[in-house]
Formats: sequence, structure tokens, C-alpha cells
Amino acid sequence: MKPFKHANKSIELIDNFLNTIDRGAIIFKEGVKNYLYGNRENFVDNLKTLSALETDADIYRRKVENILYTQSLMPQLRGDIMRLLEELDNTIDLAKKSLFQFDVEVPKIPAELNQDFVKLSELSAAAIESVVPAARAYFRSPELVKEKIHRVYLYEKEADKLADSIKRRVFQELPIEKLSEKFHLRYFTLHIENLSDAAERVADVLSIMAIKRTT
Amino acid sequence: MLFLIFISSGLLLGWSLGSNDAANIFGTAVGSRMISFRRAAWIASIFVVLGAVFQGRGASETLTGLGEVDALGGAFTVALFAGFTVFLMTRARLPVSTSQAVVGAILGWTFFTGSDTDYSVLTKIVSTWVSGPVLGMIFAAILYILLRKTLRRTKIHVIKLDTYIRIALIMAGAFGAYSLGANNIANVMGVFVPSAPDILLNFGIFFFFFFFAVGIFTYSERVMQTVGRGILALTPEAAFIVVLAQALVLFLFSSIRFSEMLMAIGLPPLPLVPVSSTQVVIGAVLGIGLVKGAREIKIKTLSGVALGWIITPITAGIFTFFALFFVQNVFGIAVTKQVPAEIIEMPAIEAEPSMLADVAQQINMVLPGLLILSMAIIVLLVYLFFRLQKKRLKTENELLTHQNQYFNAQKALNDMEINAIQMENTMLSNQLEIKRQEYNNILLNISDQKKFLESVSEQISRLIGEKDLEKRDRELKALSARLKQRMSFAREIDDFYGKIEQTHRDFIVKLTERFPDLTEKEKRLAILLRLNLSSKEIATLMNISTKSAEIARYRLRKKIGLKERANVHEFLTNL
Repeated sequence: MKPFKHANKSIELIDNFLNTIDRGAIIFKEGVKNYLYGNRENFVDNLKTLSALETDADIYRRKVENILYTQSLMPQLRGDIMRLLEELDNTIDLAKKSLFQFDVEVPKIPAELNQDFVKLSELSAAAIESVVPAARAYFRSPELVKEKIHRVYLYEKEADKLADSIKRRVFQELPIEKLSEKFHLRYFTLHIENLSDAAERVADVLSIMAIKRTT
Repeated sequence: MLFLIFISSGLLLGWSLGSNDAANIFGTAVGSRMISFRRAAWIASIFVVLGAVFQGRGASETLTGLGEVDALGGAFTVALFAGFTVFLMTRARLPVSTSQAVVGAILGWTFFTGSDTDYSVLTKIVSTWVSGPVLGMIFAAILYILLRKTLRRTKIHVIKLDTYIRIALIMAGAFGAYSLGANNIANVMGVFVPSAPDILLNFGIFFFFFFFAVGIFTYSERVMQTVGRGILALTPEAAFIVVLAQALVLFLFSSIRFSEMLMAIGLPPLPLVPVSSTQVVIGAVLGIGLVKGAREIKIKTLSGVALGWIITPITAGIFTFFALFFVQNVFGIAVTKQVPAEIIEMPAIEAEPSMLADVAQQINMVLPGLLILSMAIIVLLVYLFFRLQKKRLKTENELLTHQNQYFNAQKALNDMEINAIQMENTMLSNQLEIKRQEYNNILLNISDQKKFLESVSEQISRLIGEKDLEKRDRELKALSARLKQRMSFAREIDDFYGKIEQTHRDFIVKLTERFPDLTEKEKRLAILLRLNLSSKEIATLMNISTKSAEIARYRLRKKIGLKERANVHEFLTNL
């Protein structure tokens, strides 16, 4: 049916966009794991996949924006929806940048920190993975958003705690001589931690959007 | 001619209705940006006319019953000042009711002429000023609760929902406009029907519609924004409910059949009165506000609206009263056929309908309709022709631009191809040069080897004939040493390393950066290991024994910190 052509197309694009973000989070944590355990080939593969996913997400987002504005769909909500998609896109952008930084800067991560870094990346990825279903719920049942986003806040808090503990170990416990190396490790902790913060920002936007739709 | 001047006030009233009351139908839809103003204006214009033509009968009878403005001068003044009051209120951005203005103006006329005011009709009309918005509020609240429940259960995607609501808004808006036409046409009919001659009335009504549409297009946008956003920020769903509730209320107040149905089941009938769409809309918006919790309702705007309701009929009445005085005494135009100040018994409202219905039925819109329709068709055809021309030119232009872009792109592509071919040529000639050098080296090598072998052969031939054994032994030893020296292939190996280091330059840089402690020999060994050569081959190339090659390999593994099971070739390849 013609009036629904654009609506159906934009629904499909938004679904694809959310799938891409979800996959991006999984690839990111795999990439960090591969880097830490020296699986160079797999790491490079992850990097390429994540880069492709990020480009796809950008394309989907622009297409959705194009349809919503040219077809004047949802004049009251489209601003909010575009902001949500931008914030989600920001998470995959950060993930890609962070993985590229591993590739370019090749940080020397002491083996003692491997497990902590893996856990930190898993927590950050989990925050993103939990915000995606909440975003999906917004479109169909906004009243369910609230019960889905509390996980995001939990993962973000845990990631913050772990990042603090890594930084403390780097600066106070581990026998790392060079200050430059300590700084380097701190930055990489921050890069990964930033992902969970980005997921938290998405959750904030979502909760306000859900309130707007349910009241 | 005088008649045309008189009827012009009716057109002002039409314009006021269009700019004010019709604006309310789509006010919430336009205010929530679900429908563009242009589209709303077109739908409202078309359906208002349809409603007035097909169903605009019942309500005009009641209004005429309030006071029959029996002279054209009176009707002119009543319509003019009703319209003027609405205009003033609209300028003050107050959603105001044209019906109220007309009622106020008619009352002004009855006071001036001393005619009897039918208070039962007045009560009936005033009661609708309360019952209209209350009904709107109840309808909107019920419909809104139902819609919310349905949406929660069906879980429609928000984008699809938007399309559904857009379609529903257009349909409900069209229904609302139809009901408004049916209900509010009475405002002008009620004033002019008793005094105007039929044929001119027909044309007048048609122009009235035209001005109605002009009112919508020229001045209703401001009112739409006040209604749509002023009292409560509406979601598209709420906007739809407001339009639907309002359409239903307007329909009920103009449907003769519904009144008959109510009477048939023993209930009091709804009066067929021109109700104000403004009041109904505000009632409906309030209904939704109450369901939502009444926190968001802007009381200030609301009180302004309420004030407008009180001021409108009073202002219109006072204006008309004084204006009639001037019209009658200064311009000497009759405003009534009655003797002034003489109380004449007004015929009862129950006796009137049949006569008024006859008057209403005499309004023949076929002739002016045909005239205006044919004019509209001609204008439309001319417009379409020019639009088509413009479109064709635009398409041609676009085609040319595309072709230009295509040519430019192709030119750029050709340039790139030429560049690529040139680069390839340069690379090939470089390779050719390298190969030529290689052949020269091989040639030199061959001639060198040949010279060496010839000298060896010559020496051996000479030694065969040598009788002095001591000398032969000495020369044989010297020859053996020469051969051994030659067997080290030092130059060839140097050549080999030179070439291989050139091709693996990146690898050597990476290796040196990562393991700065490696010696030159170890780096060479790493290159050979990266080429996946066996220990035996490595031993030959490094001019050492196989055992030594294995030991060197073990040391290298340790130095680069490779675990026991890790493959050194793989590690060096992925570095």
C-alpha cells in the first residue's frame, strides 16, 4: 500500500541500524580480546568488520533521516528519533575509533591486566547490547523502555568501577617504569570505558522519549 | 447594486467563519504538524461546501426563529458587525465563535427594532454554548481513553502509527468540515434568508463560500496555531481525537435524523443550532487534558478564551445596536419592515419551520454553480498547461545537467585510467631495468665462472704433466684452497641478501622496532625463517652447519620471546 511505503522502508532501515549497532558491540569485545591475546590476524579481521559496520550504520541513519524529513513523517517525534539514532551511532563510532587506536598505537598491556581489560570491554559492550532492545521497545511499546534500560545503568556503573580499579593498579601496584606507558594504559582504559558512557547517554535520551510517548 | 453592497457584509461574515471557525477543525492537526496548512485549507474548503449543500438546513431554521431580520438594511448591519466583531477577536488571537457574534448581533437588532425576542429559542441557543463544549469534552475523553488502550494492545510501530493517524486525521477533518458546513452555514442563511431575493441570494451564497475559502487561506493559520498549541501541547493521537470529537458534536447538532431518533426513544431532541466549532474544540482539548491529568493545561490561555465567549455576543450586540441607529437615522435605510418601537407579536417558532424550509429549498445553486465551475475548470486548465510546460523545461534542464555530470565523470575516469596506465608503464620499465641488470650480472657471473674454470682446467692439465712431485703437491693444495674459497659463494649470497632485504624492507623495519636487540645475522635468519626455508637450506645460505642453524633458530625464538608451541614462521609472517 503506497501510504505505508515510506513508513515500512524506514522501519526496515531502523531495524537494520539497530542490528548493526548490536553486532558492532560484539565485534568490539572480540577485537579487544584478540589484541590482548596476540591473535593479530583475527584482530585485523575484527577491525575491518567493525569499520564496515560503522559505515553501514552511518548509511542507514542518513537514509532514515532522509525519509523522515522529505516525507514529513512524525513531525513531532522525528527530532527525538534522529537524536536517538545519532547517539546510538556514536557508540559504534567510539568502538571503531577505540579499536583503531589499538591498531595504531599498539599499547603494551601487561599480561596481569589482560583479564581486567577483557572484562571492561565485555561490560561496555553489554551496556550497548542492553540499550539496543530498549531502543527497539521505544518504537512499539514505549512503556517497556523503563524496565529495559536499568541494565544499561548497571553495566555502566560496573564498567566505571572496573576502570577505576585498572587505573589504580597501573599507577600504584604494577611495576611499570615509564610514566608514558602508564598514561598510555590509562587512555586505553578510558577509551573502552567511554563506550559504556555513550550507552548511558542513549539510555538517558530514551527514557525521556519514552516518558513523552507514554504520558 | 445596493443589494450587492448589502450582501458584501455577508461575505465578510463568510470570511470570518472561514478564518475562525473552520480553522478550528484542523487547528490541532496543523498545530501538531501532522497535516500541512495548505492541505488542511483545501480539505476544509471543499467539505464545508459539501456539508452546507447537502445537510445545511435544520440549523438555519432555529436561528431565524430568534429574530427574523426582515429588511435587507438590517441584515446587512447584523452581518457586518457580527463579522467585524469576529475579525477584532481574531486579531486579538482569541478563538471566537461566529455563531455567538451572529446571535449577539441579531439580539442587538431585536432590541433596536423593539421586536420580540423569543427567549425559548435564546435559551436553546445559549444552552448549546455550554452543552457543545461539554459534549466535546466527554466525547474526547472517552475516545482518547479508548484509543490509548487500543494502541497499547496492538503495539503498532510508531512510524506506521503516524501514517495511520495522518489518514485518520484527514478523514476526521473532512467529516468535521462537512459537519461545520452543515451546521454553521445557518449563521449567514439565518440573517439573509428572510429579506433577500432568491436569485441574488443564490449567487450571494456562492460568493459566501468563496469568501469562506478565502478566509481559511488568508487568516486561519494564526487561529490554528492558538488552538493547536495554545491550551495544551497535543500529540498527533490527541489531535485526531479532538478533530473526531468535534466533528461528531457538530454533526449531532445539525442532523435532523439524529434529533428524530432521540425523540423516537423518548429523549429530548438536540436543538439544531449553529454551535461554535471553537467552543467544541476547546472542550475536546480540555477533555484530553483531564485524561492526561490536567497538569499541562494552560489556564491563562483558557481564561482568555472564556473571556472571549462572554465578550463576543455582547460586543456584537452593542455594535449592531448603535450601527442600526446610524443606518436608519443617518443613511435613511430601513432596517426593519415593522413600525419602529411598535411591539408586534412574533409568530411562534413552531409555526415557522415549514415556511422557512420552503424559503431554504428555493435556493437554487445550479446556475451559479455551473458558471463558477466552468470558470474554475478554465483556470485550472490554463494553470495545468503552464505547470506542464514548466515541468518539461525543468526536466530537460535536469537531463542536461545529468549529462554534463556524466561527461565530466567519464572524463575524470579517463584521466585516471591514463594516469594508471602511465604509472604501470613506469613500473614495468623499472622492472625491465632491474631484469636487465640481473641478466648483466648473470652474464658477468657466467663469464667469471668460465674464466675461473678455464684457469682451473689449465692448471690441472699442467699438473698432469708435472714431474716434480713436491711442486705438484704444493700446487694441488693451492688449487684445492682456491676451489674451497670459491665454494663459499660469498658474492652470490651477498647478492641474495641484498635483494631479499630490499623486498622485505617493511618487515625489517617492524622487526627492528619491536626487537631492537637483534643482531644483523639474527635479522637475516628471521627473513629466511619468514620465507619458510628448512634448517638445511638456511645452513647453506648462512654458510654454517645444519646443527648451528638449528641452534641459531632456537636462540632467535628465545630472544623474541616466543612460546614453546608457537610457530615461528607464523609469528614472523603476522608481525
